[in-house]
Amino acid sequence: MNRWMPFEWTAALRFLREGRMQTIFIIVGIAIGVGVIVFMSALLTGLQANFIKRVLTSQAQIQLLPPDQIARPLRLEPGIFENATIQRPGQRVISIDQWPKIRDRMLAIPEITAVSPTMSGAVLAIRGDASRAISISGVEPGSYFRIVRVPDYIVSGEARLTSEDIIVGIELAKDLGAVVGDKLNVQAASGTTRVLKISGLVDFGNKGANTRNGYVALRTAQSLLSSIGSVTTIELTVRDIYAAETMARHIQASNPVQADSWIKTNAQFFTAVQAQQTSNTLIRVFVALSVAFGIAAVLIVSVIQRSRDIGILRAMGTSRAQVLRIFLIQGGLLGLVGSLVGSALGAGTLLYWHSVVRQADGSELFPLILEQSLFIATAVLATLTGLLAATAPAIRAARLDPVAAIRG
Amino acid sequence: MVEPLLRLEKVCKAYNVGLPSETQVLRDIDMELHKGEFLAIMGPSGSGKSTLLNIVGLLDRPTSGRLFINGRETGNLGDTALTRLRGHTIGFIFQDHHLISAFTALENVMMPMIVDRGHPTADIEARALDLMSRIGLEKVARNMAPNMSGGQQQRVAIARALAMNPDFVLADEPTGNLDSATSDNVFALMRKENRDSGASFLIVTHNLELAKRCDRIIDVVDGRIAA
Repeated sequence: MNRWMPFEWTAALRFLREGRMQTIFIIVGIAIGVGVIVFMSALLTGLQANFIKRVLTSQAQIQLLPPDQIARPLRLEPGIFENATIQRPGQRVISIDQWPKIRDRMLAIPEITAVSPTMSGAVLAIRGDASRAISISGVEPGSYFRIVRVPDYIVSGEARLTSEDIIVGIELAKDLGAVVGDKLNVQAASGTTRVLKISGLVDFGNKGANTRNGYVALRTAQSLLSSIGSVTTIELTVRDIYAAETMARHIQASNPVQADSWIKTNAQFFTAVQAQQTSNTLIRVFVALSVAFGIAAVLIVSVIQRSRDIGILRAMGTSRAQVLRIFLIQGGLLGLVGSLVGSALGAGTLLYWHSVVRQADGSELFPLILEQSLFIATAVLATLTGLLAATAPAIRAARLDPVAAIRG
Repeated sequence: MVEPLLRLEKVCKAYNVGLPSETQVLRDIDMELHKGEFLAIMGPSGSGKSTLLNIVGLLDRPTSGRLFINGRETGNLGDTALTRLRGHTIGFIFQDHHLISAFTALENVMMPMIVDRGHPTADIEARALDLMSRIGLEKVARNMAPNMSGGQQQRVAIARALAMNPDFVLADEPTGNLDSATSDNVFALMRKENRDSGASFLIVTHNLELAKRCDRIIDVVDGRIAA
């Protein structure tokens, strides 16, 4: 018997040890529940992080675009218009007005980490008899590659963009029968044509993007699209990715541009994340409830089995509060030990699954994220659940009439 | 006049009061227990002996009447005060030993002192070992309680009852489940501890032979003390 250990702790531990089969079974039950929670939470965090990483390294977090072109009706006098029927005009490719000034203003904002002007437009990529309509983005590689990590997605060649180079998606190269080093005829709608050499092939993991995208130097795009000195978008990255939408609204309010954040353009992704989180929360709640009821059931049985012991303890001067604490400690300990075993179980399963389940190319399906905070929160919550679950049995034990308890 | 350790005045106990099934178990019990006294309570089954013992042991409250321990009236004490008074003043020995099976014999003897102090200490263990040697069981002190014979367990229960140096020990048929030789042995031990420690004993028994070896016998019949 440990001299430093309070009586209630000693009694709680001895009772748990004596009923070891019961104790082992309930700990295994709790461990399975906690393991499921740990596994699911870590998996979900990993999948979300992976998705966010993919989204954020293949697109800007905020895009600044020229404002919508709208037709303004002529006003004859206040409140009276010349013609009430207004047709929406077609949106021409136009430059952002005074874009260098806006770019400098963006660079001065501390929350913005990278700014890159781009010129985008539709062109025809021709090689021999094959031709495909594609969208090209004219970029300044130095700043743009900090926003869209094109070099990370290069599967062949290199991420080089001189005025004669073009980087295209692998599907487009396949359709045109081209490889790195081949030349493409790139023709704009205006008829302007340039011959560009494929410097690299990219794979964004998305067939659409791999079929339709091409990257050229900013000046090449400007000359091809007959818009020298113009840019159609200014792309930004921010420090706090989840503050992108608020930031976009601020930028739009103080600049003559339309600002779209990645949150707005990926609304469906957020809906999916929300749905996943809701279902994960529901699963956690139900698992926690089943764990709590399991602990409560075991402790209620223990109170019944130990009613004579409780009676004797009461007869020899044990207070109701001490009896209450003995059973609360048992509940808390069951929760804590179950959560430790469960955390190891969940983490082990996740490690195994992560090593076994791979993408088609052999790369990991999701990054392994096992945060310390997840284990701490799980242990704290499981211990609290154990304490809460033990409340009813503990009160029952404390209220036992010693005479009836001793009589059994 | 010396105040008795224990004094009961017109103690009554009824169950299901106010209901058609109301049962009067004890009626106007007047009795005293003096320091160092070894008292036997006898009576047929259902006469109210155990109920009387529970009331005297502060495990149950009388329906009416007054109970004094060391001259202090217990009727107006709350549960916490009663528990404390019980722990410090009264030792219990039950028919079925009732050692706590999760602990060793020594730990069972230490238990009342640990409950009082909050945690074990060296002097608690020393006192428990002393008690174990007094009952002749120091060699099996570290055995788990269920791994001992009935007689050994009852001796451990006697040591446990004496752990807190109580003013009196209440024993509910302490030899009821033991063979005659072991009964004699256990009874002799109680008698010896009565002399050595000075604690009074109040023993409920059906065994007339044993009762005759007590200082005094009280007969309870139909909830009353027979003349």
